[in-house]
Amino acid sequence: MSPIWTATLLAGAGTFAMRASFLIAARRMTTVPPWADRVLRQIPPAALAALVVPALVRPEGSFDLYQPRLAAGVLAALVAWKTRNVAATLVIGLAGLMAIEVVV
Amino acid sequence: MDTTELRAGMRSCVPMLIGVIPFGLVAGATPAAEGFGLAAALGMSTIIFAGASQLAVVDVLAGGGSAIVAALAAWTINLRMLLYSASIAPYLSHEPLPRRLGVAYLLVDQNYALSVAHWMQRPARAKAEFAIGGGLFLGVFWVICTAIGAVVGTALPEELPLDFAVPLVFLVLLVPALATRPAIVAAAVGGLAAVVSAELGASHSSIMIGAAAGIVAGVLAEVAVGPPSTTIDPGGQDQAGESR
Repeated sequence: MSPIWTATLLAGAGTFAMRASFLIAARRMTTVPPWADRVLRQIPPAALAALVVPALVRPEGSFDLYQPRLAAGVLAALVAWKTRNVAATLVIGLAGLMAIEVVV
Repeated sequence: MDTTELRAGMRSCVPMLIGVIPFGLVAGATPAAEGFGLAAALGMSTIIFAGASQLAVVDVLAGGGSAIVAALAAWTINLRMLLYSASIAPYLSHEPLPRRLGVAYLLVDQNYALSVAHWMQRPARAKAEFAIGGGLFLGVFWVICTAIGAVVGTALPEELPLDFAVPLVFLVLLVPALATRPAIVAAAVGGLAAVVSAELGASHSSIMIGAAAGIVAGVLAEVAVGPPSTTIDPGGQDQAGESR
């Protein structure tokens, strides 16, 4: 088998195992002890921030605050906060980035 | 099969297409440009179904790395799926195993964040179909765009910074999650730790390092200020979880 298919099957199997892990054991999670619930509650903000923040402050792979993506991201965050509207946030965020890139 | 929830899940993911379509085109065009062909691109999009890790696999193999090293890179990037799985499992404990495995196969960042927000509002009525509907919807577009990308390239004008749509989508999902003070602490520390560890050379591990640091910080913040009795989010409800 060529390396691309070996890698695809390995990566896919491992990724599915991670996705399935706790879902397979979910029957035993009908009642979650308070300490575990406290841990689980932190997952959405912590994981999403770990995905978002690097994309805004090191878009080219090194820390840089003086580039359009941070400014466009802050603008988009304000729109997201005020409107909770995905489409509006994406359109204004992308348009804002293009506008800043034209001006700067 | 609850088709109402299935369709609600699909509808929730419609705006996500602004990020998914260009990313899918890239997920097809990149392996094609490296000479891996349409079949391999489609294989990755159906078997792995996680964009950033698919690109990492192509990157490692194109650079002469082995299949094991490529898979390791993909696993590292996708470690956050363990957290997503743990996070939604309590809501789906009543669902039959095939349905939970269906959710697992289709679980990506977007339908994870949308589903957990949806179920948090109505934990007693959480249905696997909401996540399955969103995942199927995104998956169909993901595979079609992979095929188009592999055959005709990204076919998008260079001036359109559509790659920025991906972090913007995560941003839209992040903002409503910041409903309590501990959640804000978790996000601030999570983002900071991801950036610092990436700067220090953590590469693919930085997402998981950031998420783990954020979770620890959020737990400590909750211990310090006490459990959240009210949330700032007007649509939210008591998150203490008694009703689960």
